[in-house]
Amino acid sequence: MAALRIATRFLRHSRNQTILIVVGIAVLISVQVFVGALITSLQSNLVERTVGSSPQVTVLSARDNVTIENYTDLASRVASTGDVGSVAVSASGNAFLTNGAKVAPVLVRGFDFPQADAIYHMLGAVYHGTAPQSDSQVLLGKELSEDLSLGVGEDVTVITAFGGRMDLTISGLFDLGVASVNEGWVMTRLAAAQTLFGYGDRVTSIEATVPSIFQARTVAAAITRAIADPDVKVTNWMDQNAQLLSGLQAQSLSSNMIQAFILVSVVIAIASILSITVLQKSRQIGILKAMGIKDRSASLVFLYEGMLLGLGGALVGLLLGVGLLTSFTTFAKGSDGTPIISISLDTVFLLQSFLIAFLSATVAGVLPARKSSRLSPIDVIRGS
Amino acid sequence: MAAIIELRKVEKVYPGPVPTKVLHGIDLTFEAGSFNSIIGASGSGKSTLLNVMSTLDRPTSGQVLLNGARTDTMKKNALAELRNETIGFVFQFHHLLPEFTAMENVLLPQRISDGRATGEATARAEKLLGLMGLSKVKDNPSTKLSGGQQQRTAIARALMNRPKIIFADEPTGNLDSETSKTIYRLFRNINAKLRTTFVIVTHDRRIAEETDRIVEIQDGRIAMDVRR
Repeated sequence: MAALRIATRFLRHSRNQTILIVVGIAVLISVQVFVGALITSLQSNLVERTVGSSPQVTVLSARDNVTIENYTDLASRVASTGDVGSVAVSASGNAFLTNGAKVAPVLVRGFDFPQADAIYHMLGAVYHGTAPQSDSQVLLGKELSEDLSLGVGEDVTVITAFGGRMDLTISGLFDLGVASVNEGWVMTRLAAAQTLFGYGDRVTSIEATVPSIFQARTVAAAITRAIADPDVKVTNWMDQNAQLLSGLQAQSLSSNMIQAFILVSVVIAIASILSITVLQKSRQIGILKAMGIKDRSASLVFLYEGMLLGLGGALVGLLLGVGLLTSFTTFAKGSDGTPIISISLDTVFLLQSFLIAFLSATVAGVLPARKSSRLSPIDVIRGS
Repeated sequence: MAAIIELRKVEKVYPGPVPTKVLHGIDLTFEAGSFNSIIGASGSGKSTLLNVMSTLDRPTSGQVLLNGARTDTMKKNALAELRNETIGFVFQFHHLLPEFTAMENVLLPQRISDGRATGEATARAEKLLGLMGLSKVKDNPSTKLSGGQQQRTAIARALMNRPKIIFADEPTGNLDSETSKTIYRLFRNINAKLRTTFVIVTHDRRIAEETDRIVEIQDGRIAMDVRR
């Protein structure tokens, strides 16, 4: 306790120096928090925008162009696998869409809309009209409707390569924010697609979301084991988007490196400052040793100083970091008034940053602590 | 009376390109409760002798015994405990910690041994400061005290853990003659009341003549040892 009391008193006595050190640590920690949270949020935004509104795990037939039978049973087995979010089935196929004047190649996607909406969020993306209410209705994407100059209530014909043909009425227009989807997809009810392609009571895919999208590969493997059916194969977004994944991993690595360098700076800064403090306080340490303080307690004085500086710096740094993030989301806005990046504050990350700063500062106190234990009272007495 | 400090053939050599021998086979004993002075010219080795017998420095050869225990071979932690419990130091420069008040400085030896200041310890510190005439300034930072007040605070601190021995190296070297007299009177009182052994190093023969025994050092040897 004597060591802690002496440490706090040393820090209080050199108030300006202490404030300067705490601010120094705080700035470093706030940068670490800011960069860490920014890159993490950037990643989750990017991931959300690219793979968030699509299935992360897909069950397909193991053979090309072959549909899946007994899909109801399979879908319920997929749904009951651990770590699976929403599950939907789809009957899809390539076709041509025409209004009599123009023809466009399209991917017809037959969904059970309420079910598929949990994955694609397409109901919220319908900006004109409604989702198909009957098997004779269809949803068109924004770009496709513009290309063919079509609007809600107009009739179109869909023709498949195998001679299937169906007349459908446009019930609504959607905008999913991805031009290729808006241009290439037409969405209709599951039964309509099954009839058009002659699938009968079969589907082409069972699609699922995973709450933690980086778990997709593990979940896909679990589903494979759960359904144990050689006629189907399970794919996941991670295997299909290897480039995106390696980009994300590179980003994570660079973020971790930046954070590691910041921590190294914290350690070096505190260690060097405390080393100077040992020199400044060597007279006091010598006197304390003459009074009978043990080397261990004398070392503890500097360890405690490191801990206290780390504690103060980490707390102020967290506040600064959170303030920086808040002002970033408040002031850095896109043309539509929404924040450029929506940054979410993860308490675990903040707690980690705090702990790491605190521990680094404590570790930084070890070297000066060892130095102080070598000080001899006689050097101080003689020196004076 | 029993010996509390005993030096047997103590030699001290400072290493260097030309090693300097400062103490030459000193044999010296001080009795418990005695009031002694060591005198000598500047560079005679009297401060080195005090440092060696007070455990602040180790002899190059020979034995040092405090209270019957060999200190020249003691481990650092045992030495620290011995200093804290048995010895009080008063130096020429007060060596108070500038970060603490007078009261806190006096409490430091007790905090070092017990970790915290008990009510009893605080009462004792207050009593000692009262004895030194410092009650009014006890909560002042040590840097805001006069030279005499600082030295008296250092004496109160040296007495805090009821030491058996007080080692004082030129304790009034920086003080005017009036304050010096007060300090020696205090030493005398403490010696009489608490039977604390005093070993005072001074270059001032008049001060030495106030003590019960004068040991004179010349070129690292005992030149004179007078008991009164």
